[in-house]
Amino acid sequence: MAWRALQLSRWPGALAVIAALALVLVALGAVILRAEPGRGLGPADWAAIRFTVVQAALSALISAGLAVPLARALARRDFPGRRWLITLLGAPFLLPVIVAVMGLLAIFGRNGWVNTALAATGLEPVSIYGIQGVVLAHVFFNVPLATRLLLQGWQDIPAEEFRLAAQLRFTKRDLFRHLELPMLSRVLPGAAGLVFVICLTSFAVALILGGGPRATTIELAIYQAFRFEFDLGRAALLSLVQIVVALGACLALFRLLPLHDPGQGLDRVVARWDRSAWDMPVILLGAAFLLLPMLAVLGQGASGLFSMPDAVWWATLRSLIVALSSAALLMLLALPIATLSLRHNAVEAIGFLGLATSPLMIGTGLFIVIFPIADPQAMALLVTVIVNAVMALPFALRILVPGLRQAVDAHGRLAASLGLRGARLWRIVLLPRLRRPLGFALGLGAALSMGDLGVIALFADPARGTLPLQIEQLLAAYRVEAAASASLLLTLCSFSLFWVFDHWGRRGA
Amino acid sequence: MKYLAIGTALLAGAAAAETPVLTIYTYDSFVSDWGPGPAIEKAFEETCGCDLQFVGAGDGAALLARLRLEGARSDADIVLGLDTNLTAAAKETGLFAPHAVDASFDLPIEWSDDTFVPYDWGYFAFVHNADLNAPVSFKDLAQSDLKVVIQDPRSSTPGLGLLMWVKAAYGDEAPGIWDSLSDNVLTVTKGWSEAYGLFLEGEADMVLSYTTSPAYHLIAEEDPSKAAAAFEEGHYLQVEVAAKLAASDQSDLADQFLAFMVTDAFQSVIPTTNWMYPAVTPEGGLPEGFDTLVQPGKALLLSAEDAANLRDEALTEWLGALSN
Repeated sequence: MAWRALQLSRWPGALAVIAALALVLVALGAVILRAEPGRGLGPADWAAIRFTVVQAALSALISAGLAVPLARALARRDFPGRRWLITLLGAPFLLPVIVAVMGLLAIFGRNGWVNTALAATGLEPVSIYGIQGVVLAHVFFNVPLATRLLLQGWQDIPAEEFRLAAQLRFTKRDLFRHLELPMLSRVLPGAAGLVFVICLTSFAVALILGGGPRATTIELAIYQAFRFEFDLGRAALLSLVQIVVALGACLALFRLLPLHDPGQGLDRVVARWDRSAWDMPVILLGAAFLLLPMLAVLGQGASGLFSMPDAVWWATLRSLIVALSSAALLMLLALPIATLSLRHNAVEAIGFLGLATSPLMIGTGLFIVIFPIADPQAMALLVTVIVNAVMALPFALRILVPGLRQAVDAHGRLAASLGLRGARLWRIVLLPRLRRPLGFALGLGAALSMGDLGVIALFADPARGTLPLQIEQLLAAYRVEAAASASLLLTLCSFSLFWVFDHWGRRGA
Repeated sequence: MKYLAIGTALLAGAAAAETPVLTIYTYDSFVSDWGPGPAIEKAFEETCGCDLQFVGAGDGAALLARLRLEGARSDADIVLGLDTNLTAAAKETGLFAPHAVDASFDLPIEWSDDTFVPYDWGYFAFVHNADLNAPVSFKDLAQSDLKVVIQDPRSSTPGLGLLMWVKAAYGDEAPGIWDSLSDNVLTVTKGWSEAYGLFLEGEADMVLSYTTSPAYHLIAEEDPSKAAAAFEEGHYLQVEVAAKLAASDQSDLADQFLAFMVTDAFQSVIPTTNWMYPAVTPEGGLPEGFDTLVQPGKALLLSAEDAANLRDEALTEWLGALSN
C-alpha cells in the first residue's frame, strides 16, 4: 500500500479524533452528572419518547414506500431533464429545514393552496399541526434521500441481467420477483433505517409544526425543559434518553446497511421494455411534491426581499460567519481523520458520532460546563460553529476518504521516492487532487451550517441569533411575509455557499 | 499607530458620555408596534435622560426562565410581565431587589409585596366571534366540538393562568376536566401572541385571552364582532407585575421607572395598548367601550404561595391529559 511508503503523520488525525470525541464525551459527562434520575420519567416524557419513535417510524415507512415507485420510474425511463431532476433530488438535503416548513405551510397550512381548494369544494380543511405535519415535513426531506439510495440500487443491477431477462421473455412480474425484489430487500431496509435515525433527532420541524404535548419529540422536550423552565436536571435526563434511543437505532442501522457493492453497468439507463404508463405521472407527482414548497417560498418571499427588518440582515451576516467558520473547522477535523482512516479503517466510524448524538444533548452538556465560568450566550455562535462541524463530519468523511485513498494510491509512491512529505506533500500532490471532493465537502458543510436551527435555539440571545432563528421568531410573531422573504434569503445563501465551493472544486478538477 | 491611539481615546470618550441605558425584559406583545412599549418608551425618555430599551423575550413564563438562564450576568435592569402565579418562584431565585413604590392600587385584591409592583390586571377568558354560541362553563366547552387554542403553561402566563383557573375552580377534579377538554385543544402555542394570531387567522373557534380583549377590536378596529365567553365557574384573575433586578447596574434609574409605572403617564396608555385594566385608574377613568365588557360573576385567584405549590402537580396533570 502506498501510504506505507508515504510518511503521512498520524498525530494530526489522532488529535482531531480526540477533539471530536472529547467534545461529545465532555457534554455527555456533564449531562450524566447533572441528570436527576430521582424524579424519573413522567407520563409526558414517555409520551415524548413514544411520539419520537412513532413519527420516525412513520416517516421512514412512508418515505421508503413513496421512494420505491419514484425510483423505479426514474430507473426505467429516460427523458429530457432526467439528470436535472436527479440533481434536484439532492436539493432538499441542502434546503434549510425552516424554509421547507415555510413552503409546506404555504401549501398545506390553513390559508394554503390545499385548504383553499378544499374550502372551494366545501370540504373540511386539513390541519398541518400535529403528527401529520411533522411526518409530512420529514417525508418531504427524506423521499429524495431514499429515492437516491434506491436508484443507486436499481443502477447496480447489471444491464446484462436485464438483457438476459428480456431474452427469457420475463413478464413485469417475473422481472420484479427475480431482479427487483432481491435488490429492494437488500437496499430498502437500510434506506428506511437511515431515514428513521435522521428523524429521531428532529427538532426544528417539531418546534414549528409539533404544537403541544401531543406532538413533542425528545429534542423538543429538551428545548422546553431548557428554555421554558430552565430545568437543567430535566434537560440533562432527557438528553440521556435521547442518546440512548439514537445510539441504539444507529447500532441497529449498521446491521441493516448494505455493504456497498457497485455492480457493473453503472450510470446508464437500461433500455427497458417494462415501462408503465404510470411512470411519468409518478415522476411528475414526485417532482411537484418536491418543487412546489420551494416555489411557494420563492413566490411569497420575493416581493419583500428588500423591505425586511434590519435585524434580518444582521442575522444573515452572523449566519454567514458561522457557516464559513464551521466549514473551515470541519476541514480541520475531516482531513486529518480521513488521513488516519487510510491506515485504520475503523476511525471513520468516529464520524457517526454526528449521527448518533443529538445537537441539543451536546448543547445542554456544553451549557452546563460553560455556565459557571463564562456567559454561555456570548459563546452561542462559537458553540454553534463547533456543533455544526461535528454534525457534518460523517458526510465530509464519506466524501473525502475515497478521493484521498485514490490520490495516495496513484501518486504516493512517486511522491515518496521524491522525498515529499508534510506540508509540501499536501500542497503539491494531495490537495490539488482532492480539490473536487474538498469543494463538495466544504460546500456541504457551509450550507448545512447556514441552515441549521438547533443548538442556537438553546443558547442564543434571540436578538443576536442566526438567520434560521430569526425566521422562527418572525414566524412565531405571524410576520409571515417577512419570514418568507428571510427564508428566500436563507435559501439563496445556503445554495450559493454550496455552489461557490463546489464550483471551485470542479473547476480545478 | 498614533491614529489608532487617538481613535481608541475618542471611542472611550464617547462611551463615557453615552446616555445610560435602562434595559427592560418583557413579553413580545408589550414591545410590538401596536403594544404599549413605544408610547411608554417615549414618555419615560422625556423625563429620565436615559435610553429605555425594551427587549421582547417570549412570553411571561419564558421570561423567568431566561433570567434564570442568564443569572446575575443578565443585561436586564427590570423585568416586566410576570404575574402572581410566578412571583413566588421568581422571588426564590434571589435575583430580584425590593422596590420603594408607594401607590394606592385599584386592584380587585389587596396588594402588599415588597418586590413586585403591579402595573395592570385582567380576567382570563376565552375569546370568540360574537356570532358563536359560546359555552358557559369548562364542562360545556368539553362537551362541545369547538376548537380552542391555548398557551403552554411552561412558557406563557395565560397558559399557566388557565391551569390555575381550572385548579381553583375544580381542585382535585381538575385532571378529569383536562381529560375531557383535551380533544377541544387544537394546539398549544409558546406564547399569547402566537395563539391570538392563530385565532385571528381563523384557525380556531376560541382562544385563551382576557375579558378585555374584545375592547381592542371594538375601540381600535371599530369591530364589535369579538366577545369573551362568561364562565359560570368564575374567571381567574391575573395581576401583571414588574420588578427590579438585584444585579442591575442602573439601580436608581430602575427605581425611577417603577415609580413612573404607577403614574398616569404610564397607566393611561395601558387600557388601549395592552388591553388590560390599569393598576391605578388614571384621572380620565377607563376609555369608552370598556363598560361593554363581560364582568365575571366571581373572581378566582390563588395566592402566590398556593400557586407555586400547586404548579408542578397541575402541570403534570395537564401534560398527562394532553399528551394522550
